[in-house]
Formats: sequence, C-alpha cells, structure tokens
Amino acid sequence: MTHPIPPGTRDVLPDEMRELRVLTDRLRAAFERAGYGEVWTPSLEYEEVLKTGDDRAAGAGYRLFDEHGEVLAMRSDMTIPIARVVASRYRDAEPPFRLCYFAHAYRQVERGTGQQREFLQGGIELVGVRALEAEAEVIALCVSALEEAGLRRHRLGVGDGQLYRHLLVALEVPQESHLPLLESLSRRDLAGLEMRVEQLGLAGRDRDLLVRLPQLRGGPEVLERANGPVADAVESLRGLYGLLSERGVADRVIFDLGLVRELGYYTGAVFELYDPAVGFALGGGGRYDELIGRFGRPLPACGIALDVQRVHLAQAAEEGLK
Amino acid sequence: MSPPLTIAVPRGALFGGTLDLLDRLGLDTSEVRSNERKLLFAEAGIVTMRPSDVPTYVEHGAADIGVTGKDVLLEQSDREVYELLDLGFGHCRMVVAARAEDDALGESLRRLGRVRVATKYPRIAAHHFAETGRQAEIVEVKGSVELAPLTGLVDGVVDLTASGRTLSENHLEVVEEIVACTARLIANPVAHKLKAAEIDALVERIRSE
Repeated sequence: MTHPIPPGTRDVLPDEMRELRVLTDRLRAAFERAGYGEVWTPSLEYEEVLKTGDDRAAGAGYRLFDEHGEVLAMRSDMTIPIARVVASRYRDAEPPFRLCYFAHAYRQVERGTGQQREFLQGGIELVGVRALEAEAEVIALCVSALEEAGLRRHRLGVGDGQLYRHLLVALEVPQESHLPLLESLSRRDLAGLEMRVEQLGLAGRDRDLLVRLPQLRGGPEVLERANGPVADAVESLRGLYGLLSERGVADRVIFDLGLVRELGYYTGAVFELYDPAVGFALGGGGRYDELIGRFGRPLPACGIALDVQRVHLAQAAEEGLK
Repeated sequence: MSPPLTIAVPRGALFGGTLDLLDRLGLDTSEVRSNERKLLFAEAGIVTMRPSDVPTYVEHGAADIGVTGKDVLLEQSDREVYELLDLGFGHCRMVVAARAEDDALGESLRRLGRVRVATKYPRIAAHHFAETGRQAEIVEVKGSVELAPLTGLVDGVVDLTASGRTLSENHLEVVEEIVACTARLIANPVAHKLKAAEIDALVERIRSE
C-alpha cells in the first residue's frame, strides 16, 4: 500500500539527492565566491508581513492559523522575505548587501497540470545599487554559476517590465484599454493583443508599434529597431548591453521587449533564463527598487531566482549530449 | 539534418487545413496525409495528436509550435504558451443549445434556480454562466454531448458547432452564442526566445499569404 503525498510535492531519494547536492554546492560556491552570503528565512511568515511587500502576498498558496489566531502564509518566493530581512536586520548597515539562498517555496497548483507545489529555489539578491552595474553583475554571475553547474547552452532573456506600460501612455491609449492589453501580453496572447490593438483605431505607425514591439527579441540589433516613445527604456537596455559585453556574457543574452513577469514588484529590468533542453524557463528575476522601502528602508535592488529542479533537468540533458 | 522546428499538428477537423497551410509553407506533408496510424514524422518535424493535446506538448516543449482551436485554448487557459496568430480557418462557434420544442433552460432556471448543462468544455461553460449571472450545474461528458438533453440528463449543452447540423439532427437549437473560434498558431515560451528567427520567419510567411 502507498500513502499519498500532495500532488506537486515529491520525495527525493539518495541517487537524485547526491546529484542535487552537487548542483547546489556548485551554484552556492559560485555565489559565495562573488561575495553573496547565504541566508535562511522561515518557510512560514505572517501573511500581513508578506502583504507589506505585495498586496497579494506574492500569490501565497497556503495559509493557516497559529495558536493565537494569527494568519500565517507559506512563502511563495524568497525575495519578499529577504526584503524584510534587509529592512529589519540590516537597518543601520552600509549597503550594498549581497545575499544568496537555497530554499523551498510554495505555490498553489491546479490538479493534473504537473506544476510543482513545493519547489527548491536558488537565487541571489544584490541590494543597494541603483546603477545598471547591478543588473550586469547579477546577470553575469547567474550565467557563469550555471556554467559551473554544467550547463552550456543556457541563455538569459532581458526586458523591461514597464516598457509596454510606458508605450501605452506615450501613445495616449485610453486608460480603460491599458489593463486588457497588458493582460493579453502577460497571458502571452499575441493574437488577442493584435485584435485589441486593431479595435483602438490608431494610426498605422502607432498600431504597428503596439503589435510589433512585444515580438522584438534577439541580439542587440533588436534595440536598434525600437525607438520613438520607448527610446529611454531602450537606452538603458543598450547601456546594459555595453556592461555585459565588458563582462564577456553579452552573447548569452537575448533582449526581449515583450518580456513581462507575473510578480507585481518589478520596477525596471526583468530577466528569464532558458535552456533548449527544458520547455519551461529555468528561473527569472529583475529589478525591484520599491519593495524594500515598503518594509521601511528604501533601497534599490535586483536579483534572480533559479528553479533548481529545472536546472537539474538541463544539466542532466547536457551530460547526455557528451 | 533535423528540421528547424517541431510542429504539433491536430488530427480531426483542423487536420486538413493545417496540412494545407504547411504545404503552402513548403513542408512535405505527403507522408502525413497517406499514413493515418503513424504519429511522429521526424523528418518533416511533424507530430500529430488530438487537438486538445496540442497545448500540452507545446507547453512542455515536446513541440516548438502547434496548431489548435481557440476553443481548446480557452478551455486550457492556464497553459503557458504563446498564442501567435489567428490562422483564419476552422471557423466554428461555441454555443449553448437546448431542445427545440420547449424552453428547458429558462424553465429550469425559473423554477429550480439553476440550469444543468452537459459539455466537454466545463471551464468555458462555467465561465459563461457565471458571467451571465446564472447558476449552473456543469455535467462533464466525454462522448456525444447531444445525447444528454434528449435523455433528460440536462436542460441544455455547451458545445462547439460549425454548421449546426449535428445539433439540428438531434432536435437541438442554438439559444446563445458564447464565442467564435478559429485555428490558432501557438508556441512554446522557451522556443519562442531560443528559436526566435525560425518562428518569426514562419509567422511572417503565414501573414503574407
């Protein structure tokens, strides 16, 4: 007889565990060498506190009551707990702070979709650097750490989470149309986006920009093709390209002007990691300059989180190619 | 050399239209057309499957791109795939239908406070009745949905119809249209980034048709 465990959770037995351990040790060593110290935070937080960071508590899937009737929530990512740690534990310390973590996070799943309810995240957060150097450092470290972990073909997508919003404002698209358009974009429904844009009845050039911009992705040539109202945002991506070239990782980066991330706390650049062996993104992140301030100490920050199990899939596929 | 993209092709109503499209794009689909039992055509980069499986294969990256109906995408709305294009063929409608001779839906709603509908599309059906402010009991069936109201299992059905013939042959009539559906081109999110040039070239060729 077998005793069930909830869908989306799993037991890890020694053979797999040894491989996972080697993988996380390599990532951790790379992060530590770059000055990112590892932290732990509780899996359970007060829901109120998570809500300070994000009004949906970053989409926490599980809540329970403690013995005093307080609502506790299982963290759904590590970025909000780390924002809390920085604002309270490092209240008087001099930034920048470089932190890394390997910890489980929890999200609600739909039955039968194969999504993970409990998943191991490994990530880095660089706090207190407003300049583009922060994005460049985080991207370069993540790319090289994955290389040390045995990946060879991984790429990192970079976009600007606010880009499309800026474009809608600049083109004077009526306010009530913003949300449906942004929703189409975040649902990756480009056919629906195009249909909605058509209904706005805009001039040809504006219409084309709204339809084509989210489909621009590739090397630095993409940045040459996006001008006009989004010139500022694209200018900063261009600056980032320069910094990434200096660090020798520019060829691993895909500029993606349609990239959006679900979580609401990103304020600028957003990232996503890909490997041809895995059909899902290996991880993602971005810049969140307002989040830590909500906990009482305004500090700019950016970071990336990796889904360790998916990185393991990519690594295993890479070994199969040898 | 392996083909640049793996394409998930739906068997069933969209099969012919999809293969015609691939022919026009210069792929050789003759083997797919002549071989009903074979599912994987590695040389052409084509995998065939039922339409409702296309989002699954594409979401997991087992196929880079695929063709499926908007009805399937609406029913599986949590799939993480890009919807790239309305391909403009395979026109049909998602409708509410009921027995032609009486107003079973309205009667049930008035006297029992809810309607019972049978469907293969429980999400679309639940969403439609919730949106229109009616309580509904959704009965999910796998086979011919037309049977359900004829036997008194339900008051009406939510189903996909192209001509409406199957409905009328079973004495059902369309009482509400929910949404019009056509074939869509979808892509895996990772392939959409890592094979951007190949996918964009394909999309451009379809657009310029």
